[in-house]
Amino acid sequence: MLAFIARRLGVMVATMLALTFVVFTLVNLEPNLRKLALEQNNNRMSSEAVDIWLDANGYRRPLIVRYGEWLGNTLTGEMGRSTRFRKPVVDILPERLGYTGILAFWVMITMVPGALIIGVLAGMREGSKTDRSLSILSIATTATPEYVSGIIFTVIFASWLGLLKGVAKAGDISFENFTLPVMTMSLYGMGYIARMTRASMAEVMTSQYIRTARLKGLSFGAIVVKHALRNALIAPFTVIMLQFPWLLTGVVIVEKLFNYKGFGWVLVEAADNNDIDLLLACSIVSVAVVIVTQLISDVGYAYLNPRIRVR
Amino acid sequence: MEPLGAFEIWAGVIGRFWPVWLGMAIIMGGSFAFKRRLGLYGRLYDSGVGMVGLGIVLFWVLTAIFPELIATFDPLEQFFSIKRKPPGTIETETGIAAYFGGDNLGRDLFSRMVHGSTFVLTVAPAATLVAYMVGIALGLPAGYFGRKMDAVLTFIANLVLAFPVILLFYLLVTPGVRETAIPNVMSGVFFAFPIIFFGMLFYSRYYARPRLLAIQMAVTAILGAWLYAGLVFDADPLGIVRLEPNELNIFAAVVFASSPGVFRIVRGLTMDIKTRDYVAAAQTRGENPWYIMLWEILPNARGPLIVDACLRIGYTTILLGTLGFFGLGLAPESPDWGSMINQTRGFIRIAPTIVLPQTIALAMLVLGLNLLADGLREQSLKD
Repeated sequence: MLAFIARRLGVMVATMLALTFVVFTLVNLEPNLRKLALEQNNNRMSSEAVDIWLDANGYRRPLIVRYGEWLGNTLTGEMGRSTRFRKPVVDILPERLGYTGILAFWVMITMVPGALIIGVLAGMREGSKTDRSLSILSIATTATPEYVSGIIFTVIFASWLGLLKGVAKAGDISFENFTLPVMTMSLYGMGYIARMTRASMAEVMTSQYIRTARLKGLSFGAIVVKHALRNALIAPFTVIMLQFPWLLTGVVIVEKLFNYKGFGWVLVEAADNNDIDLLLACSIVSVAVVIVTQLISDVGYAYLNPRIRVR
Repeated sequence: MEPLGAFEIWAGVIGRFWPVWLGMAIIMGGSFAFKRRLGLYGRLYDSGVGMVGLGIVLFWVLTAIFPELIATFDPLEQFFSIKRKPPGTIETETGIAAYFGGDNLGRDLFSRMVHGSTFVLTVAPAATLVAYMVGIALGLPAGYFGRKMDAVLTFIANLVLAFPVILLFYLLVTPGVRETAIPNVMSGVFFAFPIIFFGMLFYSRYYARPRLLAIQMAVTAILGAWLYAGLVFDADPLGIVRLEPNELNIFAAVVFASSPGVFRIVRGLTMDIKTRDYVAAAQTRGENPWYIMLWEILPNARGPLIVDACLRIGYTTILLGTLGFFGLGLAPESPDWGSMINQTRGFIRIAPTIVLPQTIALAMLVLGLNLLADGLREQSLKD
């Protein structure tokens, strides 16, 4: 197990280095740098002056040297200054990540149990009416991206019924404020997890040991809860963990849609305003989130499923 | 003038879609009559879900083919009298009703929604197709040979998959990137794969028949070079095939984002199928590995690949909508659904219905593709 985790960690570090290098290159493309130079000097600069400015500020050194320098700074917690917010990046990110964390927490809390219940109910009697209708329901939710469902919900609940607010303020955890973003995000992911759970549940229900349990005369409810559930939930575990990267994209869309000033909103602001240091910091955070969840999902899957540990 | 009532609006809209209904009646009626002879496609008509999905997809495909016949206005023309007006308002200059009302600049939402389908239904299937070529051309050898090649390709695929899609788009689809050669290089690499794919496909099977092979290779090379010149270098001598720089940028980014997924699926299927007896038989005959991959393994993997392609076109539609929603890459006046959502969503308070046509259209198309995939999966599992 330890060797397995060590190997995974190695791959993770390599991935991290490769991805940050790609991001670094893309953010530091020539047009972006020129734009930065102009912005920093009130847009009054000739082409030669831009070149001189870039030279003087060290932007003309080889990319790999600058990447190494940036990496060293980042590892020691020095992430540069945001030009959009006029604050050090280190002061901005933790607060915003906290707001997004609260949002993600509520999304997970509503999405995961809901999806598991739908999946188990649909999968325990494959082909039944309940199964068909729940499956179509989950297909419908996966077919509605956040920017579609969010807008439809806003029209219904905020404009027509006037029950909820169409904008969500960060840090204010109230029903009125949080329902729309949480509902929008959890609905899109719910269908996918529910389908995975259903498939895995349906597979388990056809296995030999369930037949044995049934022949022993156990009740259907006892079979589902005591025997089927534990094995059926291994596969959805990976899927749930792999939902985090998706959650990140969802967060960006939903935060922009409801003007919730969390991490996703900061990322959009940084990208729209050519805020190089902040965008790099946001990228490293999002890439780290994705890779760490992949690691947890791999290790967790090996832990839950003894059959693949042998390799 | 009096605005139209709800009944008149829907009657008018349904009437405007007459070419679509006619086309659907011909295609679906004809296929239903001969469904026993049409293989997997014919068996779709036995499953309710599959038929509904197919119906929705056909509806939008036909709309995308005949937008001029269906739309009532020009999608870009602005009329003051329908600006931010509710559905059914009559435009005063022309006396034509704006069935779904006007958008924030006074353009007819119904016509824009109809015209928007053309963009989505050209780019999404085309990008998926190219992503498939890339995924197949790399996934087959990775799964078949394994070892080093597999390790390297899988690592690269995982790299791309670890990128949050939204970040990828924010970095790749920008005016800054368009000033560099990155989109051209990327699409240059991606569009080379279809040519390599067809070249290998014909070579591996017909290398013993030089005359036939020469014809096939010539056709592949000429068609390939023509499309390649037009799409990548914008230098089509006939001037038919061309992409705007921003469209090329979007296309390259979308293919880049979706080909690793295809690669993974193809690789997994290849690793499964290469253990079958017919592959062993071909190996014993001494067939070329590429022949085995392209003519033995690939045709036997088609079931799951077709299902996945349907889902992936739906997912690409969502991606294109996301790009439009963030205002990335697309021209501001373009009538694609994502940009329409982005531009109108600020006016929900004034006219709540202003965002509905494009959002519902997008969700409907993706739902149709998902239902179609579900029906196909169900029917292909039956035998």
